[in-house]
Order: sequence, then C-alpha cells, then structure tokens
Amino acid sequence: MKQVLKRIVELILILLILSFFTFLLMYLAPGDPAEKRLSSQGVAITKEVLDAERERLGLLKPFFVRYGEWLFGVCRGDFGVSFKDDMPVAEKLWDGLYNTLLLAGASMLLSVFVSVPLAIISAFQKDKLTDHMIKLFSFIGNSLPNFLISVLLMYFFCIRINVFPIIATGSLQGLFLPTLSLAIPISGRFIRQMRQEFLLQMSEDYVTGMKNRGVKQRYIIKNVLYNSTGHMLNIFALQIGTLMGGSVVIETIFRWPGIGELVMDSITARDYPVIMGFVLIMGVIYVLINQLVDVAMKRLDPRIASDGKSGLGADDFLPSEKGGAHD
Amino acid sequence: MTRKKLKFKITVVASIAVVIVFAALFSGIIAPNDPYSTSAAGIRMAPSFEYPFGTDNLGRCVFSRVLYGGRTTIGMTFLLVAISFVIGTFIGMICGYFGGWLDRLLMRVADVTLAFPQMVIAIAVAGILGGGLFGVLLALGITMWVSFARLARSHTYSLKSKPYISAAILAGKSSWYILGRHIFPNILASLLTNGLTQIGVTMIGISGLSFLGIGVQAPSAEWGQMIAEARAYIQIAPWAVLFPALAIAITIIVFNYLGDLIMDYREL
Repeated sequence: MKQVLKRIVELILILLILSFFTFLLMYLAPGDPAEKRLSSQGVAITKEVLDAERERLGLLKPFFVRYGEWLFGVCRGDFGVSFKDDMPVAEKLWDGLYNTLLLAGASMLLSVFVSVPLAIISAFQKDKLTDHMIKLFSFIGNSLPNFLISVLLMYFFCIRINVFPIIATGSLQGLFLPTLSLAIPISGRFIRQMRQEFLLQMSEDYVTGMKNRGVKQRYIIKNVLYNSTGHMLNIFALQIGTLMGGSVVIETIFRWPGIGELVMDSITARDYPVIMGFVLIMGVIYVLINQLVDVAMKRLDPRIASDGKSGLGADDFLPSEKGGAHD
Repeated sequence: MTRKKLKFKITVVASIAVVIVFAALFSGIIAPNDPYSTSAAGIRMAPSFEYPFGTDNLGRCVFSRVLYGGRTTIGMTFLLVAISFVIGTFIGMICGYFGGWLDRLLMRVADVTLAFPQMVIAIAVAGILGGGLFGVLLALGITMWVSFARLARSHTYSLKSKPYISAAILAGKSSWYILGRHIFPNILASLLTNGLTQIGVTMIGISGLSFLGIGVQAPSAEWGQMIAEARAYIQIAPWAVLFPALAIAITIIVFNYLGDLIMDYREL
C-alpha cells in the first residue's frame, strides 16, 4: 500500500513538472501571439488594439496566475481556445488523438507481430544465414530515419507502381503506408534488443538443462519467451517515444489528420495553446505507459528490486538500448 | 569473430567514415558548382557530366548541395555530440565522485528528463524557437547529455573505490587532479563509444527536424531539408530526393556500424 502511494505521489510530481515546463516554454517563446493573430485577421495594428487583444487573451497577467489558471483548466479537460480560430483546443486535440492512436497502435501491433518471430528465429539460429539476414534487416531499419523511409515508400508504391493513394484517407488502404513507415525502424530496434535478450536467456542453465534432457525446441522457445516477457515489455515501452516523434513526421508527410499534423500546423501559426496541449497529452501518455510497464515488470519478475528507478538502473545502463530515442 | 578480423573490419569502416567526414569538410573545394546559384535555364536537369546528381527545382547543382549539406548535417551532429559529451561527462563525474545532495539532485533531473518523450520535446522546442542552429542544438541537447552523465557517473562511482584512487587521495592529490588525471582517462573509452553510438541517432534527429522545417533553414543546404523541398516534385526529378536520401542513409549506416563494431571489440 505504501508502495502504491509512493508511486502515485511520484507520478503526480512528474506530471506537475511536465506541465510547468510546458507552460514555461510557451511563456518564454519568442513572437507575440496577439500581434500574429491581429495581423492574420487583417486588423491594422495600433498600440491600443494590441493591448486590448493581449488583455483579452490573458497575456498581461502575471506568470503564476496564468500557469495556475491554465493548469486548473487542463485538469477539467479545458485546454483553452486556439489563438488561430477561437475553437476549443481540447476538441481539436481529441479528434487528432484518435487518428494518431489508430496509426500508432497499428504500427506497434505490426512491429510486434513482425519482430517477435524474427527475433526468435534470429536468436535460435545464431550465426546461421537467416540470423545474418534478419540482423541486416534490423540494422538497416534501425539506421534509416522514418521520413526517409516514408518518402521512398511513397515514391515506390504511389508513383512507380501506383497501388496506394498518396494522401492517406481514413481508409485501410490509406493507413498502410504510414503504418509501414513507422513500423520499419521500430521493428529494427525491437529485433535487435529482443535477440540480445533471448540470447541472454538461452545462456542460462535452465535452457542448457532442457536441451540436454531433449526437450522439444517448441517448449524451450515457450519458456524463453515466458521468462523474457518483462524485458520485452520494457523494450516495447522504450520505443513509445520514438513512435510519438515519428508520428509527427509521418502524419505531416501523408497528411494523416492526427495530433502530429495538428501540432505542425500550430507551430507554423504560433498557436501556443494547441502546442501546449500536445506536449502535455503526449507527455502524460508516455509517463503513464512507462509507469504501467514498470509495475508490470516488477509483477512479472519479483527479483527486480523496487528501488523506484524506472526500468534500467544506472549500472546496467546500455547506451545502445536508450539510443533510439531521437527520431 | 576473432579479434584480428574485427580489427580489420573496424579499420575499413573507420576509413569510410573518415572519407565521408573529409568530403563534407572540404565540400568547398570538391563541389563542382556553387550550391546556391540558381539558374532558370537549367531546372530539374537529369544527372549529367556537369551535374553528376542533376539539378533541383531552382537549377541548383544537387551534387554540390549534397556535399555542402553534409557539412551542415555532419558538422552539427559532431558539435551537438561534443557539447553533450562535455556537459554530460562533467556532470556525471562530479555526481559519481562527490555524491551527496548534488548527486541526488542532478540524477533526479536526469531521471525526470528521461521520463518525457524526447522527440516530442525536441519538436516543441525547435518549433517554438523557430528553427536555426541554436534552436536545434537546444532542442536535442536538452535530453542528450543524460546518457553521458549516467554513464560517466556509474563508471566514476565504481572506480572511486579502486586502490589507486585511495592511494592518490592519501598522497594528498586534490579531487580535481584525481578526476582529471586518474578517472577521466579510464572512463574515456566507454564515453567515446557512447558518443559514437549517439552520432547516428543525432543525425536522424537533426535531419528529421530540418525535414519538418523547424531545423536548419533554407537556403542553407541540409540533407533532411533538401529531401523535404524536393519531395514535391519527386515525380519529375527523383534524383533531387534520392541522392540526399542516399547520403543520409550511407552516413548513418557507416557510423552505426562503426559503433557496433567498436562495442563488439570492447566486449571481446
């Protein structure tokens, strides 16, 4: 019980820090939204008009008052109104979030379904030809930025052999290319890390024992899989951030009406409330998933000490595992 | 794989990496044409002897732009990795060596930094700052120092209890002397390996931000931004996309492979 309470307090603290920095970022941002807004509406800018507009948008209040009001609103699901068209931000964000979750979920599923069998084959056929081929695929997938993959896929599928529409509509066909572009780099990383994990498991005594007793490979695989479930979850969770960053890029390329495309449009228009909402929602989802995985890992493997650290401790930190976060 | 074979592989891949870096470094000498001069008469020309990679929508030489773009992309990547290396290593060594409240505070900051999705933060920061060199460095640097700091901290921490450090302390050497003379040289190799593995990731980040239009700004050439620009007319002039794409892919693959090889070598 005490553990749970501690975890919840920690979670709330992290979310508070996240919200504070999000707000601070927008507060320090260059460019005046009031001016931008007026000039986009074609109003002649005089000092009086500008001040009135700033007053109306609440830009003149002190920092902490504005932060408090914003945070209070966010807690009730009110993200303010868009500077661009006065529409409630929350509505825009939820619409986009639905599409983004669809895309991200599909990519995640595809990556998991492709990479788990490949990683098993690769680990059990270590140093055979299949292993080398799978390793090559995962290495190249891991090395290509996803905007590159999507542009190349688009060129090949839409222009060369014209089987897919260039602009992703809501249809299943439109979902295919964006999903593939997101899934390729992520699968590459999954295979790489899971292969390593499986190889580690296979060097354990229980696997040697099973092999010596002549247990069928099927059952060995089952046991190895069962014992690496926690680590696999962690490997999956580490890529959630990549998925979020990647979906911004992919949505922009394929004009997929998700939250990533929305935020890129808002960045161009300096529509701060939308950007703030985006960072906050993505941050909350990311933090929650990581906390859940953390809890699940401890449930699955009680040997992991409950030191309150997330996933990898400082001492077993591997640069290659955290490496893939920037694309 | 034997040590000798691995060493040979490392030499080959490292030489390719050096060639790439030099091609980017001396792009001003190698480039056959001015990467910024436009010509209305020669737009979207197919690769030829004069323009090995063809020309783009404004009649600029794609080959020269790929070379200059390499200077931007690779230069920024190295700069960013170097800055993160210095800041992260410094923080990590201090935390690991001195411990105490400063250690707890800074490692807490590192934990919190890792608790957020890095690319989402990078996009927001770069987007708000409106791109440019400083924006990109800040956007990606906010989170990049953490891996160096954690690595440096854990290594420093485990080295601290070694007899030769105790001997140095007993000999009356100052903490800064011990950190610089005894600890830093011993953790340098793993930090450099980490730096090497960060190069590919950083390059993906920088070109990704530029692709989105919130990184390096036109007209200065950058690979991601070149692809974003030429994507609109890929049907007519695929070479304007494919050559910068090839440049990114090859560069990242070479550096990632080099990082893998060196990690293997160190584990052997």
